[in-house]
Amino acid sequence: MSSSTTNTTTIGAMGAPSRRNTELAMLVFAVIIPVFAYANVGLALNDELPAGMLAYGLGLGLLAGVAHLVVRKFAPYADPLMLPIATLLNGLGLVLIWRLDQSPRLIRQAAGQGISNSSAPTQLMYSAMGIALFVGVLLLLKDHRVLQRYTYISMVVALILLIAPVFFPARFGARIWITIGGFSIQPAEFAKIIIAVFFAGYLMVKRDALALASRRFMGLYLPRGRDLGPILVIWAMSLLILVFETDLGTSLLFFGLFVIMLYVATERTSWIVFGLLMSAIGAVVVGSVEPHVNVRVMAWLHPFAVYAPNPPSWATTEQIAQSLFAFGSGGIFGTGLGQGNSDLIGFAAKADFILGTVGEELGLAGMMAFLLLYALLVERGVRTALAARDPFGKLLAVGLSAAFAIQIFVVTGGVTGLIPLTGMNMPFIAQGGSSVIANWALIAVLLRISDTARRPAPTPAPSTDAEMTQVVRP
Amino acid sequence: MSELTLTVMRLGFLAVLWLFVIVAVQVIRSDLFGTRVTQRASRRGAEQSRASGGRQQPPPQRQQSGRGSGGRQRRGAPTKLVVSEGTLTGTTVALQGQTISLGRAHDSTIVLDDDYASSRHARIYPDRDGQWIVEDLGSTNGTYLDRTRLTTPTPIPLGAPIRIGKTVIELRK
Repeated sequence: MSSSTTNTTTIGAMGAPSRRNTELAMLVFAVIIPVFAYANVGLALNDELPAGMLAYGLGLGLLAGVAHLVVRKFAPYADPLMLPIATLLNGLGLVLIWRLDQSPRLIRQAAGQGISNSSAPTQLMYSAMGIALFVGVLLLLKDHRVLQRYTYISMVVALILLIAPVFFPARFGARIWITIGGFSIQPAEFAKIIIAVFFAGYLMVKRDALALASRRFMGLYLPRGRDLGPILVIWAMSLLILVFETDLGTSLLFFGLFVIMLYVATERTSWIVFGLLMSAIGAVVVGSVEPHVNVRVMAWLHPFAVYAPNPPSWATTEQIAQSLFAFGSGGIFGTGLGQGNSDLIGFAAKADFILGTVGEELGLAGMMAFLLLYALLVERGVRTALAARDPFGKLLAVGLSAAFAIQIFVVTGGVTGLIPLTGMNMPFIAQGGSSVIANWALIAVLLRISDTARRPAPTPAPSTDAEMTQVVRP
Repeated sequence: MSELTLTVMRLGFLAVLWLFVIVAVQVIRSDLFGTRVTQRASRRGAEQSRASGGRQQPPPQRQQSGRGSGGRQRRGAPTKLVVSEGTLTGTTVALQGQTISLGRAHDSTIVLDDDYASSRHARIYPDRDGQWIVEDLGSTNGTYLDRTRLTTPTPIPLGAPIRIGKTVIELRK
């Protein structure tokens, strides 16, 4: 051994354990926490343990158990954390919705409109459908690379899903629902998964052209004019969504996802710069032209104007102000589950503004825990992308985690007054069937990629051939 | 329900929620220590073990770590594989009859951080007589034994350099 060597360690791979038992333990934990929260709400509101506690706990446990068994059987090397975190968020969301179901104010308000205020059972049913789709994806999708074949089909499907809501009546000022029969779904939630498949397949093929053919100018790689085509098309699409569907959230999600995936595929910072510039231009122009978007921007800039003696005409909703009050009165440790007044936010308290309830009743500490759980979920997704061996899987995992992260940013930013409010759902915890079902499917695809990525490579079998054959030297 | 009980439950719930977050972070700690780091006995041993935070592990024992199938240890057989050039210079792997895979894939026995290496570049394994063989696994840039590019699995003479990209490894006694 030469004495000049400095590196004196041997680096070998740790045998990748499947870690399914870790997942099971975390899942048990993730089911116990919502049951605890449920008991907590019942004790605070009615001085007694809620009657449905056992059924609710068993229901959530059963769903988690089925999901775990399917993962154990069909994706044995998948990431051990994604399923428990998603289960925990879903369970806590159910408790928060159930808690708002009990609110006298919301019951009175719903009765005034002639509808029932009880939405937790429906949400539990949607969660079950979400788990069913999760199981279905894991069963049917044996290898995520199959999705690559459907690159352009998924583009068409995603476009149809994104455009379809234009032809349906607007609800609450935004056209993001399609209504079939008595059933309404939010297609953007499903479109985000499908569009990620398209972007991943497209960028995998085109990334060299987008990354290499560029001139260097002031430290930035400027792409050629014709390579700007795709980003311009996506930009125009997202502006059209913003104008015709007046849906800031979907528009931001769609464009942000493309820019992030473009950056990951090409490693060129210039795309981020272009993307930020273009979205800033688009947001300013549409924000000042389109009335519905303008109202939201004004409500964001002046949330308390609605309480002025002579409120301006655009100040029609006190949701944002009430949500800020909720966060304020929550303080650091919150008022305790079931003891806040976040139901003042009104009909959106269970959906877009559910974080208001988290912020008030669990305080900053609880809010941070929630955001960290989301962050961990995104981190697992990005980690999966790092571990994935095929470029398509890498891009898809990054895209799905980015879509998830953007959605969380957009909702949290909107509720806390950082950015204008958008009509998006907080994944897993907010009320809404499409959202919870689509996000379970998203987790299933991520688990499938992570199973492929973490699966130990088969050791090359010593070939009997090589030993029988003599090496013939010339 | 008394005020005290509710306060205890409120703080208890936050504590449990945070406990979950902390346990989750503990679970992913393995990401940071996902590779097995083995110390070689050397002058710098004390310094190194401090640097690696005490996560010293026993040398990798593979499942097939017998003496190969029916092979007896011959005199003059190599006992270790040494990286003599490249970023991993100084790394050694004890030869215990196991197959050693080389490549950029993170689950290789020797993970090569080298632009010229393929993810599954080559493997080194003992044949029935305990003779060590190097085989190129269809790499892009090839595996060289001395100056010749490998096309078939080839026995490795003691001390002959095997070159993969910028990395050179040898078998030594």
